[in-house]
Amino acid sequence: MIQLDNVSLTLQDRPVLRDISLTLSERRIAIIGANGSGKSSLARLFNGLVLPTEGRVRVDGWDTAADGRKVRRAVGFVFQNPDNQIVMPTVAEDLAFGLKPLRLDADEQARRIDGALARYGLESHRDHPAYLLSGGQKQLLALAGVLVMDPAWIVLDEPTTLLDLRNVRAVLDAIAALDQRVVLVTHALEHIRDFDRVIVLDEGRVLADDTPGPAIARYLAALA
Amino acid sequence: MIFDSYRSGDSVLHRMAPGPKLLSLCVLGTLLFFFDEIWLAATAFAAVSMLYPLAGFGPAVILAQLRPVFWVFVLIVAAQLLFGDAAFGVVLALRLAALVLLAALVTLTTRSSEIVDALIRTLAFLRPLGVNPARVGLTISLALRFLPVLARITGEVREAQHARGHGGNPVATAIPTTVRTLKMAHEIAEAIEARGFDD
Repeated sequence: MIQLDNVSLTLQDRPVLRDISLTLSERRIAIIGANGSGKSSLARLFNGLVLPTEGRVRVDGWDTAADGRKVRRAVGFVFQNPDNQIVMPTVAEDLAFGLKPLRLDADEQARRIDGALARYGLESHRDHPAYLLSGGQKQLLALAGVLVMDPAWIVLDEPTTLLDLRNVRAVLDAIAALDQRVVLVTHALEHIRDFDRVIVLDEGRVLADDTPGPAIARYLAALA
Repeated sequence: MIFDSYRSGDSVLHRMAPGPKLLSLCVLGTLLFFFDEIWLAATAFAAVSMLYPLAGFGPAVILAQLRPVFWVFVLIVAAQLLFGDAAFGVVLALRLAALVLLAALVTLTTRSSEIVDALIRTLAFLRPLGVNPARVGLTISLALRFLPVLARITGEVREAQHARGHGGNPVATAIPTTVRTLKMAHEIAEAIEARGFDD
C-alpha cells in the first residue's frame, strides 16, 4: 500500500503538489492531468526520487524519507525516455546493473536475467549494445531492468510517449501482463479505460479520484 | 569502438578471466618494443594472428581490426623510407599491427562489464584514499554507454540548425547540445538512483 498524508511539494519556490492525501492499493492505477499539473512529481514521490516538502509518503509502511533503500526495492520506476534509463553498454549488463544492490548469488542473477530476456524477446540481443535496440525494445529493456529487481510496485512515467503505434502496443501488452501493482502516468486516455482507479491532477491538487469513466469525464470537462 | 567489439563465443579465450588477459596484453605489448629484429616482429604478428582462430575468428575479423589503422602503417613505412631505413619501418608496422590485434582480441573476447569489473577489483587498494572503485567503474560504463547517444544528439542538433540555416555556426550546435546533455545527465542520475546504485 502507498499512503500519502497531507503531502505538499515545492520545487524552486514553486508549489508543485498541494496537500494531497491518498491511499493506493489497487492493482492498476492511472494518473492523468495537463502538462505541469504535477503528475510526474507525484509519481516520483512513490519511489523516493523526490521527498515531500510537507507531509509523509509511506510504501508498505516504509517512510520514503527515512527508508529510501527499502522503498526503492519495493517500487520500481520506468521513465519516459528509456535512452536515459539504460545505463550500461549492453542489454545483459544493464539488467545486471539493477541486481548489484541486491547482492544475489550468481545463479539467481543469471536466472533473473535469462527470465527477463526471454519474457521480452530480447535473448538474441543479450550482448548487443543497448543503443542499437529499437525504441520499443529499449522501453521493454527499461521495464525488464526494473522487473529483475522484483518490486511489488511499478511506476511508469509516460512510457509510451516516444514510441510508434506498434511499440506502444508491445509496451501496453507488457504492462497488462505485469503481476505487480502498477501506477501509470499518461496522457493517453484510451490506455486506461480498464484500470481500477484514475487520479486526475490539476495544478498540484487532486481534481478527481474515481473509476476511469467518471474520472476521465471530469478531466475532459475541466479541459473544455 | 570498445562497446561494439565483444563477440559472444565459448572459446578458451572467451572463458579466460579478464584480469590475466589484460595483464598479458600489458606484458606482451611492452615486450614487443624491446626487440628490433624483423623476424621477431613478424613472428609476434603471426603468433597473435594465430590466436584468432583459437577464439573462433577467421581472417575477415583480423582484417577488420587492421583496416582502420592501415594508413598509419603506410605512413610509418613511408616515413622510415624517407630516413633510408625501410626495414625498420616494416618492424614498426608489424609491432603496431601485433599490438592492435592483441588489444582487439581482448575486447572481442571480453565483455566491457568484465573489463570494468576487473578494473574495480584492481582499484580496490585505493579505497583507503577515499576512491570508490564502484563509482569509477560506473563512470567508465556510463562513458561507454552514452558516447554513441551524445554523438546522436550532436547529429540531431546539427541537422536541426542546418535546416534553420545555421549549419556553419558551431555555437548554434554547441548550446542546444550542451543543454540537452545536461538534461540527459540529470535524468540518468535519477534513473541510477531509482535503481538503488547507492544503496
